[in-house]
Amino acid sequence: MKQILIIGATSAIANACARLWASQGAVFFLVARNAEKLAQTAADLSSRGAGTVHTYAMDVTHLEAHVAMLSACQEALGRIDIALVAHGTLPDQAACEQDAALALREFNLNATATVGLLTQLANQLESQRGGTLAVITSVAGDRGRPSNYLYGSAKAAVSAFCEGLRARLFKVGVHLIDIRPGFVATPMTQGLPLPALLVAQPEVVAKGILAGIERQTNVLYTPAFWTVIMWVVRSIPSVVFKRMSL
Amino acid sequence: MSAQSLHSWGHYPPFPQTAHACHWRAELAGTRDALVHRYGSTLAFGNGRSYGDSCLAASDQVLHLRALDRFLHADWSRGVLTAEAGVTLDEILALAIPRGWFLSVTPGTQFVTLGGAIANDVHGKNHHVRGTFGCHVRRLSLLRSQEGRQLCSPDEQADLFAATIGGLGLTGIIEWAEIQLTPIASSQIDCLVERFDTLADFFTLSAELDQQHEFCVAWIDCAATGARSGRGVYLAGDFAPDGGLKVATKAALSVPLTSPLSLINGLSLRVFNEYYWRKHPPTRQHQRSDYMPFFYPLDGVHHWNRIYGPKGFQQYQCLIPDAQAQPAMQALLDAIAASGRGSFLAVLKRCGAVASPGWLSFPAPGTTLALDFPQSRALVETLFPRLNAIVREAGGRLYPAKDAQMIGEDFRRSYPAWQHLEAWRDPALGSRFWTRVTT
Ligand SMILES: Cc1cc2nc3c(=O)[nH]c(=O)nc-3n(C[C@H](O)[C@H](O)[C@H](O)COP(=O)(O)OP(=O)(O)OC[C@H]3O[C@@H](n4cnc5c(N)ncnc54)[C@H](O)[C@@H]3O)c2cc1C
Ligand SMILES: NC(=O)c1ccc[n+]([C@@H]2O[C@H](COP(=O)([O-])OP(=O)(O)OC[C@H]3O[C@@H](n4cnc5c(N)ncnc54)[C@H](OP(=O)(O)O)[C@@H]3O)[C@@H](O)[C@H]2O)c1
Repeated sequence: MKQILIIGATSAIANACARLWASQGAVFFLVARNAEKLAQTAADLSSRGAGTVHTYAMDVTHLEAHVAMLSACQEALGRIDIALVAHGTLPDQAACEQDAALALREFNLNATATVGLLTQLANQLESQRGGTLAVITSVAGDRGRPSNYLYGSAKAAVSAFCEGLRARLFKVGVHLIDIRPGFVATPMTQGLPLPALLVAQPEVVAKGILAGIERQTNVLYTPAFWTVIMWVVRSIPSVVFKRMSL
Repeated sequence: MSAQSLHSWGHYPPFPQTAHACHWRAELAGTRDALVHRYGSTLAFGNGRSYGDSCLAASDQVLHLRALDRFLHADWSRGVLTAEAGVTLDEILALAIPRGWFLSVTPGTQFVTLGGAIANDVHGKNHHVRGTFGCHVRRLSLLRSQEGRQLCSPDEQADLFAATIGGLGLTGIIEWAEIQLTPIASSQIDCLVERFDTLADFFTLSAELDQQHEFCVAWIDCAATGARSGRGVYLAGDFAPDGGLKVATKAALSVPLTSPLSLINGLSLRVFNEYYWRKHPPTRQHQRSDYMPFFYPLDGVHHWNRIYGPKGFQQYQCLIPDAQAQPAMQALLDAIAASGRGSFLAVLKRCGAVASPGWLSFPAPGTTLALDFPQSRALVETLFPRLNAIVREAGGRLYPAKDAQMIGEDFRRSYPAWQHLEAWRDPALGSRFWTRVTT
């Protein structure tokens, strides 16, 4: 049975992945802030066929809490087959422009905390010489857009960190997949005026993520059509890009 | 995404609903209160498989609960499942079938939510032996605006339980429910098909076969006139003793867009019905079927309601008590055939005497007829009033889950317990249906 750690386990995307793993009988260690949501998620996964489901309430921005969480996870699971890092927020860009402290808090949550977690997780997977680190970043990290460059820069930081870490871990048989979803219908995007045709359901994205983990994809755009969209977006020269209102 | 706009299954009456999604139980009370504060009232919305206006909020602002799709507990040794109200029946079956369990009662589509199935106290092909969905609800948690969370069961808050089963979503928000499943040895059905020529033959077959088989239903040719009137195909079945426990894979077909015109008209109707009639053998035949085509023949094509075009359609489903059933059904069929309207799938079924715990449950001993009609003015002005008069005279009633037109007086007479429900109604909740039939 797969042993799976999920950070941000109450996220809609992570939860859709967890349901697929639950039907295969996986054992879980779930981490998020809200204990009640964690308990409801755990009961759901158990009913769907999961093995033991452990939960652990933690705010990822409490960097000093990471060590205790990871050792509780080590004790509960022993070996980690997959660590899915999914926590995140979508900051209010306009508010972040007026409030540097807010901007830094959001950056801290979406980038610094992730870097802290990945640093320690990497060492653990390195010592077990196997397993997969699955990190959800975003297509938003590919280009800094005026409408959400704080979020985008945090995701870009994590992606660059992941690229280097992947090359390091590759040598010891640990795989790192950088997952870049496009628009997904989740609580995070609820109420945003997104183009309906481009918005995917979390279940669809989850299938893509599981397949990417199986295939040991390095950078996964999901759903797949985002590979094309982002190829185009990345190739727009800055002189043009800065004039666009994206 | 910007706030989603929702409709009922028939897209009639055309009042788009603004969806306010709740993803966690803890959000329910707050979202409800905010909506009540701003718009006066709201209503829970499941998966919009009700045809008319019973799932439309009086304020057109609904609490969209489809994302409340978690299981709370599964006891596979006893077949007891506890799930949030937004879980759909197909999601329940995906877990239950491989473990040897099935829904004790299922309607003709698996894309309804647990909350919706309870609020309309839905029935299926086994009503004559198993009663309604509500007969198999062991417990539920109801969130009310004044009293907060209420646990209800046949022995705990029994009145509130009775008001909520078939309570049209008006007594509170169902957070979760615990249901009893039924054991199966296989997911296949042993079925029996037999054509019949007249309504009298339908009643003879029903008297014989309903005693022997758990699942019984008939298709009836609503376009047939003269000597052919009342012809149809009887279908009976039981879970097979062997054949494996397999969950059907998802349907591949979908109607991608609403057709600009209704594709259902007098010609297509007669051609289809003739074909369907001839496709079935004149004498009794036994077959093996998967559960999917047997219970959910229409689920094979997603969004099939779009073929009725932008005006939408209405379903007419009535129940006529046993004593009047045959002559009243004949009168209904004659009126429908003379109108040249109606649709492919007209369904006839005898309901049994198993009592529902719900006060406003639709089924009762008698025969029910259900069929779809493309929306038109003539339908509302001529045909439905005629059908309503026949049903009224025979002491029958219409099914709120399918309704967009019944007259308030008819509703209040044929559901005398409506005032009990009104007394238990949560003032924060209101539907277009309820406003229409009670005021
Ligand atoms: C193809 C097809 C076949 C059908 N066959 C049958 C059949 O054989 N037998 C039968 O009985 N019906 C049948 N129906 C009707 C259908 O089963 C009912 O209308 C059912 O209630 C729809 O459930 P829903 O989840 O879509 O709910 P909706 O239609 O969205 O809502 C229905 C009602 O449930 C209430 N509700 C939903 N969730 C909650 C909640 N959490 N708390 C409180 N109230 C809630 C709503 O307020 C509303 O009053 C059929 C419908 C279709 C489209
Ligand atoms: N939705 C999209 O369109 C989209 C697109 C691209 C990328 N993504 C990324 O995909 C991931 C999942 O997103 P989603 O849409 O599924 O989001 P979601 O449903 O809103 O979930 C966000 C998750 O992050 C957790 N979280 C937030 N702050 C936290 C904190 N300080 N400490 C611990 N956990 C915290 C939340 O848990 P609690 O609230 O319980 O703590 C929750 O589990 C995110 O990284 C997001 O950036 C999403």
